[in-house]
Amino acid sequence: MSALLRGPLAVDPLFLGGIDWTVFLIVVVKTIVVFALLLLSVLFYIWFLRKVIADMQNRVGPNNAGKFGILQTLADGIKLFFKEQSIPDGAEKPIFRLAPYLALIPAFIAFSIVPIGGVVTVAGHVTYVQLVDVPIGILVLLAMSGVGLYGVMLAGWSSGSKYPLLGSVRASAQLLSYEAAFGLSILAVLIQSGTLSTRAIVQHQVWSGGVVAGAQWHGWSTLGQWFIVATPIAFVIFLVSAIAETNHPPFDLVEAEQELVGGFLTEYTGIRFAIFFLAEFMNVITMSAIAVTLFLGGPAGPGLGFLARNGWVNAWIVPVFWFMAKLLLLLFGTVWIRASVPRLRYDQLMNFGWKYLIELAFLWLMVTAVIRVADDQQWDFVNGNRGLTIFVVTVAAGVGAALVYGVLMLCIPRGDELASIEEWD
Amino acid sequence: MIAVMFFVVAAIVLGGAFGVVLSPNPVYSALFLVATLIGVAAFFLMQSAQLLAAVQVIVYASAVVVLFLFVIMLLGVDRREGLNDPRPLQRPVAIALGVLLVIEVVALAGHNWATGTKSQVAKLHGANIDSVARALFTTYLWPFEITSILFVAAVVGAVVLARRSGRGAPVEDTRAEVTS
Repeated sequence: MSALLRGPLAVDPLFLGGIDWTVFLIVVVKTIVVFALLLLSVLFYIWFLRKVIADMQNRVGPNNAGKFGILQTLADGIKLFFKEQSIPDGAEKPIFRLAPYLALIPAFIAFSIVPIGGVVTVAGHVTYVQLVDVPIGILVLLAMSGVGLYGVMLAGWSSGSKYPLLGSVRASAQLLSYEAAFGLSILAVLIQSGTLSTRAIVQHQVWSGGVVAGAQWHGWSTLGQWFIVATPIAFVIFLVSAIAETNHPPFDLVEAEQELVGGFLTEYTGIRFAIFFLAEFMNVITMSAIAVTLFLGGPAGPGLGFLARNGWVNAWIVPVFWFMAKLLLLLFGTVWIRASVPRLRYDQLMNFGWKYLIELAFLWLMVTAVIRVADDQQWDFVNGNRGLTIFVVTVAAGVGAALVYGVLMLCIPRGDELASIEEWD
Repeated sequence: MIAVMFFVVAAIVLGGAFGVVLSPNPVYSALFLVATLIGVAAFFLMQSAQLLAAVQVIVYASAVVVLFLFVIMLLGVDRREGLNDPRPLQRPVAIALGVLLVIEVVALAGHNWATGTKSQVAKLHGANIDSVARALFTTYLWPFEITSILFVAAVVGAVVLARRSGRGAPVEDTRAEVTS
């Protein structure tokens, strides 16, 4: 067993001393804690979402269950759990039952790679506050967002009814379309960090003066190392395509009520319906957490200087606090978008993804690659000033990319032009 | 432990493969194919080929099979079909080729390159991304680039052919969708 685990999990120091019962127990406890944390986050997020949107619309929102209505989601969950579950006659029953779990399990696995906190010592074992730190790190997210599509797709198909089928076909087209821009924006970060491991990406962002430590803070100057500074456009592309990947408004055409009744969810009731929503909100939280990891320095942040640097407050609580604070900021952003941006039309969605976002992501990737090469090869043609050289290279690459993008935009036909092009054959 | 995992995963892979062939409904076939592909990804993991495992899941188990399902659902062939084949020769030829394949696999398994030892590179670099990237972009750059051009040509060719034959309905449909 140890030889098997040493391969994919070699990075976490927990496994370096071999596997014994304590290590096994730590892994089990970590799994349960992370899963519980994710479930609680969903409960909290749904309440937060309803309260914030209610506030934006001058309503009160949920206020009866518990203090400030914070138990409202729990009450809804319990209600759905005890409701009767119906299965349509025309449904493909085994797949209809399987589909919710196909959506839920990838949503959980994707979250497992997120670094939540720093490096801690539990019962003499040094470990990361993170479920797993696989060397292929971020690829796990891509794989799981691909596999998670099966849940939506099969739910729509197995319902044996036309609106769910249309909803699921839309979902698959949308996810495949935005997967490209999504992957390209992640690639821009990977070029900067030179690694796929999520923890190493975080470490790269807090790197300072040759000291690489697990999510330790090295002063405010390291803010410039955050990838939101190094690749801001990739951050924007990541956010847009992540919102599309999670079927979050304004990209929620999958369940557009006006057009598709309830999309792929139409025939689902009770706990299966709840599981789909759980998976969807888990995905929103996971994507926000990944955005924090990739672009905002993950759990890095200033510690409490008057306490011991490796004491339990600075090792356990402070990194988790910073991670949660950044996560909450992004989650508030998603709620804000949900409350204020109207849903796209299907052709707008496809045009935006294929004609604008992917090109932009490609060009930004090229700019990032040029900067990285200039840095690696130590280019220097401005009188020994390497910083200025990098700046000149960045501006030149950026202007070049902007020109190419402009030409591309001029070449892309739109609206009535497209109708005439359709006649070409 | 590894032997146990090997047999469990092997059972999933083989079960999935039989499921693909034997299930009367194409959607179930596609799902069994996913099980097989993910099982093969698990084999890659056991051999410390983590990048290959990830690529296997991302490209084959999600993108490719999702496209299969997409086509199956759009064309409406997702109903149960009998296993009776109208062409008389197809079944014997398929059996003959299958037997040939089994003989081939058995013969190849005896060769010394199929040793079952793990990748040495993975132990050095964690995930064998470095070595794969180096091979792709230095030694095998031309085959890699030419293959990608071939793929693009195939896609463009497929679009052109589809539009030539379907002068009627499909073109009208796309226009209505895009310009509305």
